[in-house]
Amino acid sequence: MKSPLGTGAAAYRAVAPAADRGSGIAFDGVSVAYGGVTVLEALTLTVNPGEIVALIGPSGSGKTTALRAVAGFVQPATGRIRIGTRDVTDVPPHDRNIGMVVQNYALFPHMRVDENVAFGLRARKAASALVAARVPEALAMVGMAAYARRFPRELSGGQQQRVAIARALAIKPQVLLLDEPLSALDAQIRRSMLDELARLHRELPDLTVLYVTHDQIEALTLADRIGIMRDGKLVAFGPAQALYRHPPNRFAAEFLGRANLLPVTGLEPAADGMARVRFGDVALTARNHHALPAGDECLLCVRPHDVHVEPHADTDNTLVAVVRSIQWQGDTQSVELALGEHVLRLACPPRLTLPGIGDPLPLHFRGTQATLVPVGAALG
Amino acid sequence: MLVWSRRGRLLTFVLALALFGVLYGLPLGVIALASFAGQWNNVLPSQMTLEHYVNAFRGDSFDQLRHSLVTGCVASLVALVAGTWAALALRRARRLPARVFDAIFFIPSAVPSVSVGLGLLVAFSHKPFLLNGTVWIVLIAHFVLISAFTYGNVTAGLARLPADVEQVAESLGARPGYRLRRVTLPLLAPYLIAAFSLSFALSMGELGATVMVYPPGWVTMPVGIFALSDRGSIFDAAALTMLLAATTLLVLLGLSRIPVRGSAR
Repeated sequence: MKSPLGTGAAAYRAVAPAADRGSGIAFDGVSVAYGGVTVLEALTLTVNPGEIVALIGPSGSGKTTALRAVAGFVQPATGRIRIGTRDVTDVPPHDRNIGMVVQNYALFPHMRVDENVAFGLRARKAASALVAARVPEALAMVGMAAYARRFPRELSGGQQQRVAIARALAIKPQVLLLDEPLSALDAQIRRSMLDELARLHRELPDLTVLYVTHDQIEALTLADRIGIMRDGKLVAFGPAQALYRHPPNRFAAEFLGRANLLPVTGLEPAADGMARVRFGDVALTARNHHALPAGDECLLCVRPHDVHVEPHADTDNTLVAVVRSIQWQGDTQSVELALGEHVLRLACPPRLTLPGIGDPLPLHFRGTQATLVPVGAALG
Repeated sequence: MLVWSRRGRLLTFVLALALFGVLYGLPLGVIALASFAGQWNNVLPSQMTLEHYVNAFRGDSFDQLRHSLVTGCVASLVALVAGTWAALALRRARRLPARVFDAIFFIPSAVPSVSVGLGLLVAFSHKPFLLNGTVWIVLIAHFVLISAFTYGNVTAGLARLPADVEQVAESLGARPGYRLRRVTLPLLAPYLIAAFSLSFALSMGELGATVMVYPPGWVTMPVGIFALSDRGSIFDAAALTMLLAATTLLVLLGLSRIPVRGSAR
């Protein structure tokens, strides 16, 4: 299938002034309070030029507030926000040179698609020739050139979101703010839009994006780095893969993908960044990525797809659990097991023959695929 | 659907039609018949004639109609601007000030219009606010009485406006004035038209306050109708009433045909 992101992206890059490209975002101790209640607490975070940073977290975690603070719709009680080298903390939203895409598209219903895309340029008093050139480019970039004369109500949700993205990009913003842009779309369109957003960023590598979502898949697919928020605080921040492989705390482990967390004791550091621990009477090895000290109590984190069924049960890192439930999910089987008082989850191939409910099942995981997580740690 | 059976729907429809006929149709029908009546001594009028309409076109009625139209248009337009302004200003106000202003706007519509007229008469009969005997006091009376409805309509419209749309407009570089002109007001257009229509209709029929404050040179049609009824010229009053209703209806029909681009989704 031909990519809808084609000629438009090339033309967009060609005419983008160098000074407008590649600006980062910096939060410096930003706090926001509504009526005495702090909803964002001392957020310090940097989005590098050309980088996609996703802020994820449950509802009320402060991620959207952080994005709205960058947009200028929320005034920080303390702290400063910079876009590029410019302190924008006290700059009104219309003067921040940002592009913003929101969950419900927010297209102007009384304007046609091309008028929507031209809106930002006209608001900035761009020359007619520039508007005439830039609008088709932006629409071509998102594969919507053929829909220029339609009204938003004549488009599907996915098409409306593409127009919203074109509208935000048409002004060549210093940074693009995406606030749960795919949440209102159904699962199939969401997957396709996710691919298109990833492709769009490959086509526009200088574009800095702050992406707010509650969907870990979106964050893992798109983001270079991920910030995990909880109760107004940033509890984890780092490269997406590193954060997934070596979550710095329990909340990050559980929020970013599914995780099995077993309480272990008697930590003994070993060679190559590994450590030996005990889970009850069973000796286990795992990566000690966070360099936890000897004797520490901690959590052993292993992802469900890194746990394998081990018929012989005579290798290291082997546990025997009791099958509690099996859910066939098409391309995988999700198995829930009881390990003493703990619950363990296993994702295994759909054709694998499994024992019945209540039967014991020997399991194995590689020490290099498990990581030790400190108990009660904050930002990693 | 509340009523599922075909028979039930039919019965409901007949009942609704009967109620509508009695409550709305009957009074209007009686006025319409009266406007053509030469005599009305029995159940139905007799000696049907167009004389009352001829009288209406001959006398001061056209001036009265013009005064009503000008008063209605000017007062509604000013009320629309003021109501929209107030609704926009109070939208993000704190709860208490917003409620206080709400009350100020709505109080005139909660008291008899005669009292409003009396209040204005007393307030504007002395220097430096000497407006008694001028057209201005009529316009002010109508403005005071109808502004609550424009304010209420626009406030309802603003409440239905998604906040994201205006914020995205701002993020794209639209200054407040540009955003208001190109986004907020066009999206509010159906509510503005409805507000103006309602205000205009109310102003065209306003009597209580007007009768207290009107100067001799600015008699509105309701005042004229009242004067004719008072003198016992019921059939002439009925003809003027039909003329007033037809004019108001025409204006409202014209307003309802103003095209509104797109719609909020």
